[in-house]
Amino acid sequence: MNDMTQSNLERALKIVGTRPARPDGVDKVTGRALFGSDKSLPNMLVGRVLRSPYAHAKIISIDTSKAEALNGVKAVITCADFEDFPSEFVPNGEMVVNLKDITRNIMAREKALYVGHTVAAVAATSDEIAEKALGLIDIKYEVLPHVLEVEDAERPDAPLLHEDMITIGVEPAPKKASNVAKRVEFGFGDVEKGFAEADLIVEREFTTQQVHQGYIEPHACLASVSEDGQADLWCTTQGAFVVRNFCSKLLGLSAAQIRVTASEIGGGFGGKTVVYLEPLALALSRKSCRPVKMDMSRAEVFTSSGPTSGAKIWVKIGVKNDGRITAGDCVLKYQAGAFQGAPVGPGAMCAFAPYDLENVRAVGYDIVVNRPKVAAYRAPGGPISEYGVESVLDEIAIKLKIDPIEIRLKNAAKEGTIAPYGPKLGPIGMIETLEAAKAHPHYSAPLGPNQGRGVASGFWFNIGGETSSSITINEDGTVGLTLGTTDIGGSRASMAMMASEELGVPMDLIKPVIGDTNSLGFNFLTGGSRATFSTGMTVVRSTREAIEELRKRAALLWEVDLDQVEWVDGHARLIAGDEPKTMSLAQIAKQAGKTGGPIMANCSMNVTGAGPSLGTHIVDVEVDTETGKVSIVRYTAIQDAGKAIHPAYVEGQMQGGAVQGIGWALNEEYIYNDKGQLENAGFLDYRIPVCSDVPMIDTVIVEVPNPNHPYGVRGVGETPIIPPLAAISNAVSRATNIRFNELPLSPPKVLARLMHG
Amino acid sequence: MEYVTPKSASEASQALSQEGAFALAGGTDLLVKLKTRFVSPSVVVDIKHIPNIMTIKQSAEGWWIGAATPCAEIVEHDSLSKNWPGVVEALSLIGSTQIQGRATLGGNLCNASPAADSIPALIAAGATCVISGQTKEREEPVEKIVTAPGMTTLGKGEFIIGFKLPIPKNRSGDAYLRLIPRSEMDIAVVGAGVSLSLSEDGKIEAIRVALGAIAPTQVLLSGLEDIFIGKEPNDDAIQKLVSLAEKACKPINDKRGTIEYRTKIAGVLAKRAFGIALKRANNY
Ligand SMILES: Cc1cc2nc3c(=O)[nH]c(=O)nc-3n(C[C@H](O)[C@H](O)[C@H](O)COP(=O)(O)OP(=O)(O)OC[C@H]3O[C@@H](n4cnc5c(N)ncnc54)[C@H](O)[C@@H]3O)c2cc1C
Repeated sequence: MNDMTQSNLERALKIVGTRPARPDGVDKVTGRALFGSDKSLPNMLVGRVLRSPYAHAKIISIDTSKAEALNGVKAVITCADFEDFPSEFVPNGEMVVNLKDITRNIMAREKALYVGHTVAAVAATSDEIAEKALGLIDIKYEVLPHVLEVEDAERPDAPLLHEDMITIGVEPAPKKASNVAKRVEFGFGDVEKGFAEADLIVEREFTTQQVHQGYIEPHACLASVSEDGQADLWCTTQGAFVVRNFCSKLLGLSAAQIRVTASEIGGGFGGKTVVYLEPLALALSRKSCRPVKMDMSRAEVFTSSGPTSGAKIWVKIGVKNDGRITAGDCVLKYQAGAFQGAPVGPGAMCAFAPYDLENVRAVGYDIVVNRPKVAAYRAPGGPISEYGVESVLDEIAIKLKIDPIEIRLKNAAKEGTIAPYGPKLGPIGMIETLEAAKAHPHYSAPLGPNQGRGVASGFWFNIGGETSSSITINEDGTVGLTLGTTDIGGSRASMAMMASEELGVPMDLIKPVIGDTNSLGFNFLTGGSRATFSTGMTVVRSTREAIEELRKRAALLWEVDLDQVEWVDGHARLIAGDEPKTMSLAQIAKQAGKTGGPIMANCSMNVTGAGPSLGTHIVDVEVDTETGKVSIVRYTAIQDAGKAIHPAYVEGQMQGGAVQGIGWALNEEYIYNDKGQLENAGFLDYRIPVCSDVPMIDTVIVEVPNPNHPYGVRGVGETPIIPPLAAISNAVSRATNIRFNELPLSPPKVLARLMHG
Repeated sequence: MEYVTPKSASEASQALSQEGAFALAGGTDLLVKLKTRFVSPSVVVDIKHIPNIMTIKQSAEGWWIGAATPCAEIVEHDSLSKNWPGVVEALSLIGSTQIQGRATLGGNLCNASPAADSIPALIAAGATCVISGQTKEREEPVEKIVTAPGMTTLGKGEFIIGFKLPIPKNRSGDAYLRLIPRSEMDIAVVGAGVSLSLSEDGKIEAIRVALGAIAPTQVLLSGLEDIFIGKEPNDDAIQKLVSLAEKACKPINDKRGTIEYRTKIAGVLAKRAFGIALKRANNY
């Protein structure tokens, strides 16, 4: 009777879809919330990292004896303190990781591969001593030529980062090692035939620069390993379980030996899905038998964490005169950083995914360069490839004198479309977001002088994955939820809302907490826009199981059969009988001791059926033609959320994604000098937008329910960073009548084009 | 590291004459440099307890702005803002509300950054600074202080106690503009300060233009007299101002802008700041 998979799509909802205050809000605004570096332990040491000053260098020798001898130094570690691993790829959300590379990235072994690459670490009784100790570590390097850009790294005479790297995905396999780690290809049909049928073909090359997620909270952790090998780790992360698994492998500890507790997180956006300091702190703690706290400076975050790829891409699209696409083709070359793993796979998969095409091909190359290894960044790979496609489409729309929304509508993917990466799509909201964009007053508002309006769409897959959570009904009628996915964007609120909706009790009686790695089964990290979808699924199911148990208890107390009891509005209700008889959740809970003990339920599953989310953004820019400075005048983000559990947090995701995309489009870039040193490792010269740089981002939530989720949820976190790059570039191109194919559109670059064409 | 709070100018001079001594005003530059270990002072001399160093006063001779007065107080000073809107707007661009609560004119000048926002505006306005030393006090035009990035003409034990600005004549106006890629919390790629006064019949009587971030030090443009003095400003004159500004540039290529870009922007900002100053003069 109580169906665990039943859909609520047709049901009138009381809580889901409203905008209650978040349960973690007061702690955050009062400064009570504990972030990565907010915990301390008695006898704690400070851990500090020694980083490579060279972009590419062989490590000849490391002598730590002087540092070890310094009074106050309790441990020094190098690669000798970590086991080596054979090459093996394991999926990590939307990215793939390899332990052989991870152990080398957290601590350089044979070579230092980028400026900022960790080569040693120390733990000491004070920051000053730790710093002094770093200066006493003697490392002999043999400096090698380095390479920073994909087009240089590809060349046959390029310096090799990994002398044994043979390109994967090329038949026959190359005999010679290169910096090209892998080639991927997606698509179907015959693009040459499609281009032959086209009335108009536009082909362009694009460049995007390496950008960082720019989370405000630097990486930080506190590790304590006891003499018997039991480890406790407190850290800021998007996935405590994933950290536990990485660390247990890297340190040779069992999963049960490490308990990881995720702190509140000050932003991650994909950048906190891998480990940097955590294994070092554990190793230092194990060696010193004292707790070790580590954190990164902002400069270290820039040089030594995981930004996303800069890229060179080539896009070719053929169309009929009516705007119908006959073929789409692209080649994507993404920087991986020092170790393979650029998000070029997802980039290639989603490049043309907003469209229903007959002939499509996307080829991607994952290329290593002497920069920090990239990590996930919000829709990893998507913003780059879709920027190219959406820009070419805009140019085509201008050439054919077709409205940019119309040309997208003409080609829009819909339910039943075969996606370029293979599967047949379920219901998706491409057409709905385009229609909403067309109808929005922004789209028909007049433009001022030197202003231009750009439009672009974006597609992102979203994921499910391994998830577990539990619910406890307390004796006083309140409810506890234990969740295993880090709350990055308000997911505790959404989970409590779904449980509240199911149970029929007010949300403020429900306390959601994020559990540590000992409190639940494995949870994959918060990434791939999966938390509200996947954890929501387990919360709905475990809540329904708890309701089942509550009905059983009521049936026992009433001495009737279970099917005589239904659950309505937070109460058990006797179906038969002359008089209506009800018992509240609190009344049942109070008597739980006599009816079989505490009431709790949990749900563990590998969630599938994530629904792709599509978005369309409209932006008006104004270009100062004498200075090249671009201002965002008006911005509207429209997106299919499936179902917005908490609309304010969905809007927040849409606005946040748009703002990060604005930064990527206008000013953000890693600037290296000829020694391979990052010149702008700080927020003064790495320019993420400040508040006054962006107007209020208007939002429209479109709801095309995902049939695979009881409330219709799709992930919403990643899609909104995809359209801004092209939308802004298209707007600048339309404002100036010059086609821009390079990001960022910073004032000097824009003025140079205005002056020289 | 020692920290001292002298109560008089002579005490401060004495403290500052020690090896490795640094003056501390708002600390918004010094503390950043301390934290990044760019400097390691032996003595930090907090100059904020010296009489008159944190006051703004108007007299018949003109304005006195204490060198350690927080920018926020200057920005909120109505009659000073009416007299010197360009100088005040330059200060109002420094950092953010929080930064302006601490940042000072003395610190902005003595930090000697080519990109400092107040310096071009002060130079254009013809401001002078009063320098306290161990034996005597001296007064210098602001443009005589900075010699190179991070370097000043201040001698051992010397520090700036305050700035002097004249009371502007009727029909005077000044303006400061900077170009930053963002809208705030940024560092000037180029800055331009203009100050001018008009005769009753609308001819230019006096004009000073200073540029920032286009050379190792701020540059006071020369050669403006022939173009402007005794004439009504016209497009031709403005075009000449643009060329003069461009020619004065000796910028570098760096992460914040190319030589070509800075040169072009110097002309654009000089022209625009001139336009604003002129409008203000006409309304003053
Ligand atoms: C986030 C941030 C944003 C900023 N934005 C801007 C900006 O937009 N524009 C800009 O121009 N600057 C900016 N700055 C730099 C700084 O705020 C200004 O230069 C400020 O005016 C410095 O004043 P202060 O009183 O804080 O100087 P302090 O740090 O106290 O001193 C700076 C230097 O000057 C010396 N000094 C100070 N006062 C005197 C004196 N009276 N006599 C002699 N020597 C003295 C000190 O010894 C030190 O070497 C920014 C700084 C930060 C941290």
